[in-house]
Amino acid sequence: MPKDFEAKTTGIGAPMKRREDIRFLTGRGVYTDDIKLAGQTYAVIVRSQVAHGRIKAIRTEAAAAMEGVLAIFTGEDFKDVGGNPAGWLIKSRNGEPMREPKRPVLAHGKVRHVGDAYAAVIAETYEQGRAAAQQLADDTDIEELPAIIDMKAAAADATNRVHDEIPDNLCYDWGWIEDNRAAVEEVFARAPHVTTLELVNNRLIPNAMEPRASIGEYFPGTGDYKLTTTSQNPHLTRLLVAAFVLGIPENKLTVVAPDVGGGFGSKIYHYGEEALVLAAAKRLGRPVRWTAERSESFLSDAHGRDHVTKIELACEKDGTFLAFRTETFANVGAYLSNFATVTPTFLHGTLMAGPYKVPHVYVNVKTVFTNTAPVDAYRGAGRPEATFSLERVVDQMCRELGLDAFEVRRKNFLTPDMFPYTTPVGLVYDTGNYQATLDKVIEMADVAGFESRRAASAAKGLLRGLGLSTWIEACGIAPSHLVGILGARVGLYDAATVRVNATGNISIMVGAHSHGQGHETVFAQVAADRLGVPESSIEIVHGDTSKIPFGMGSYGSRSLAVCGVAMTKAIDKIIAKGKKIAAHMLEASEADITFEAGKFAVAGTDKAKTFGEIAFSAYVPHNYPLETLEPGLEETAFYDPANFTYPAGAYLCEAEVDPETGKVTIEAFHCADDFGNVMNPMIVEGQVHGGVGQGIGQALLESTTYDETGQLLTGSYMDYAMPRASDVPFYNVDYSCQTPCTHNPLGVKGCGEAGAIGSPPAVVNAVIDALHRGGHTHIKHIDMPVSPQRVWAAING
Amino acid sequence: MQNFDFVKPASVAEAVAALGTSGAQALSGGQTLIGSMKQNLAAPAVLVSLTGIAALKGVSVSGGVMSIGAATPHAEVAKASGFPGLSSLAGGIGDPAVRARGTIGGSLANNDPAACYPSAVLACGATVVTNRREIAADDYFQGMFTTALEDGEIITAVRFPIPERAAYAKFEQPASRFSLTGVFVAKYGAKVRVAVTGASNDGVFRWTDGEDALQASYDPAAVKGLKVSPDGLIADLHGTPAYRANLVAVMTARAVAAS
Repeated sequence: MPKDFEAKTTGIGAPMKRREDIRFLTGRGVYTDDIKLAGQTYAVIVRSQVAHGRIKAIRTEAAAAMEGVLAIFTGEDFKDVGGNPAGWLIKSRNGEPMREPKRPVLAHGKVRHVGDAYAAVIAETYEQGRAAAQQLADDTDIEELPAIIDMKAAAADATNRVHDEIPDNLCYDWGWIEDNRAAVEEVFARAPHVTTLELVNNRLIPNAMEPRASIGEYFPGTGDYKLTTTSQNPHLTRLLVAAFVLGIPENKLTVVAPDVGGGFGSKIYHYGEEALVLAAAKRLGRPVRWTAERSESFLSDAHGRDHVTKIELACEKDGTFLAFRTETFANVGAYLSNFATVTPTFLHGTLMAGPYKVPHVYVNVKTVFTNTAPVDAYRGAGRPEATFSLERVVDQMCRELGLDAFEVRRKNFLTPDMFPYTTPVGLVYDTGNYQATLDKVIEMADVAGFESRRAASAAKGLLRGLGLSTWIEACGIAPSHLVGILGARVGLYDAATVRVNATGNISIMVGAHSHGQGHETVFAQVAADRLGVPESSIEIVHGDTSKIPFGMGSYGSRSLAVCGVAMTKAIDKIIAKGKKIAAHMLEASEADITFEAGKFAVAGTDKAKTFGEIAFSAYVPHNYPLETLEPGLEETAFYDPANFTYPAGAYLCEAEVDPETGKVTIEAFHCADDFGNVMNPMIVEGQVHGGVGQGIGQALLESTTYDETGQLLTGSYMDYAMPRASDVPFYNVDYSCQTPCTHNPLGVKGCGEAGAIGSPPAVVNAVIDALHRGGHTHIKHIDMPVSPQRVWAAING
Repeated sequence: MQNFDFVKPASVAEAVAALGTSGAQALSGGQTLIGSMKQNLAAPAVLVSLTGIAALKGVSVSGGVMSIGAATPHAEVAKASGFPGLSSLAGGIGDPAVRARGTIGGSLANNDPAACYPSAVLACGATVVTNRREIAADDYFQGMFTTALEDGEIITAVRFPIPERAAYAKFEQPASRFSLTGVFVAKYGAKVRVAVTGASNDGVFRWTDGEDALQASYDPAAVKGLKVSPDGLIADLHGTPAYRANLVAVMTARAVAAS
């Protein structure tokens, strides 16, 4: 941790320990599955074992007669309610709207991927439910249809269809920016050099530590429903269940996301199991609970990535970029998950200029339905795919032209005097200093000493390489006016309510949701700093729609940059009202009242009231300007920012390759990030560590493999390789290069996704560099995960 | 997982009797069986735990032979003294939780083609002792998940003649950490035995070309570059037969270097 940060013990910038960790680490967290209710029943989902099939018959009689079975649901029960909608409308290049098949609560007519839920059993016990679910599976006739797995084949097949009404299995064919296409083609036609790479961005399974779980309750006395669920954004789930799927009035449904054990995107979305437990609770008049088994998580959580991309870079012989052009096939799986259509388009195509002053960019994305689990946003969501394509092709171009990878990036960087800068793919970068993070990472990594480290490796028969990635992302996912133009069907502001209690302590209800990030600590730090009160007097409340204002949850590195700012705006209102109260109590003019370090004072005098005295007066208004001011001290603010935020940075990976086995070892990983202002450096470091760990997992280990019949071959930890502690190095993280965000008052940009965005190309670039330095110069690229057998095959290929 | 009855006998005789009941299955650590039961791939009516039988536990060394009770967990073998090559193998199986529960007898009775122990048993020419007889290692392993054990036969101990030099070199499957290819090399005077696990569709096997080369010159260089036929080797997500064939020679050389 940089020295400047170590010194602080409280307030903004202090590396305070996470208050929530005490309960998490001592087993006192309350997760959905920990909640036990009187009269509860158990739902067990029956899932398709084939990738594609027509449901001929579901004979429920035998299962229904089994001991403990209370109800059976099939797709028939939900065929008249709404589908789970896609959150963004994307238009094809020809102006047609995307194809949007209904995503039912339970599959009806057809099953479309292994793991597709088509029935459910509700029973007195889990064991009884599971036995009956097995019986129901045995009593179901499904006519198996040919599975549609390969994306390019799917898009070329006019007859075999995932959804009968969608020919060629295409959701949309999107161009960005279509009007620039001709100009980009012209640049390529006359470019002195063109580098082309074909890349796979491997499909990932999120693997949150806590599997998805939901409990539905119905209260017949009032007609109220309650859904307790593993969600990153309870209000969005409430909106989707209420307005789109079940038609429950929004004010009759409470959604609670209690402690949630990781999401990484997979818990942003509304899933059918949530609607099922609510409908079942109403029918039975008893609570209905469901917790996914790990095997179900593999098969039915929304997966991430899964792009096949051809990227071309046109440049001068000196490495000056002229244009990027990409053609991507993006897999959405069998149904459109809530953010599935925006992830490969606006979260990907708008980043295809990187941190570079490239004048021309054109992006084409064909998004395809297949008989696989739905694919949606996963930590980074579109931006890792963009960064991987850019940073790989830039390295390849340097190799082809014999240019230095550091200098080529430096030559093409936007410079600090160019901001605000409008990119050719439609974003306006507000600020940045990419040279600074590059210089920093070179210093951190001791690049000058690399040659001696390489020689030491070579003496052991190992190949050592350096891989650079200079990344940028757009996060603080919000501006409603922008996302609306881009097809969003919701707004993406956030909200906070600050309630100063009569005794002076403070409850802050936030729309953001913490599922491991540490909001309870950081939001309290920021509020304490603003109010001049101790952190311990502040409680952060999140995750319960009956307590918090209407916010949009946490994803896209948006919590502090959007909800945190809403909180500071509510605090500003509290301070403004406090000044009015103080002015009355101190018999001074409001304009003369100052607020500092938790005290309201009359400027230039020793007359002052503490924050606690003002709070007490607001709730016991005996000496109070009741004629002009309401009692109480509680304020709400909504905040909708003017722009995305643009964190950026430079990552350097140093890797060793064992040419005999193909095994890659990450020897060092250096991160120089610009996150703008940093609220809690310890938490920022933790976020970077986790993100880089996931990026190394994607680069070296994680492979989601379906066979040609659509069976998931990597459906357990026996075959799906998650990164372990021994697979990753001690990270070297720096965030001292700071260009604060210019359009939010905290100057924060967001750090949650950075590691997962910036790291995969750094790892792969390091491996390719090591192989080239080792004389294996025929190797242009190795697809992720860069597994031992792939590296060995490339060397010996 | 289906419901089942659980018995924990105190003697081999009681265990044999319990295993005679319908649907009974021996349990000795359960690091494979319990997982299979959780996935409903196995549903025994009765589990007969062998880990409560004192006679099946413990490690002893006498007359150049290490004897290991069949119900001895890997963690205990890992800290035993007298046969460092075997202790090192045991200390690298799975993770600490697996090593606390899993036993040598359970591993050998299951004979997973990617388990570590079979390579040491075969390379050392160890003796598998059961409640009925003694089985030589060369006769014991009969293919993937197949052994010479008969119904109702329980492994009671394994006797390893301690080699003069030995080591195990494992290349881990990235997800499961089982051996993608693991090689145990054992040297007894002029005689060298090399056993390979994780690589073959027939389970653990002796690499005789490697043995010949090492008997001529006990040096990693003797096997480096020696070609191994990929015929009959496992093809899966994590390694082609050609890749595994390469690993047989590479890991043998590394085992020799470490021995």
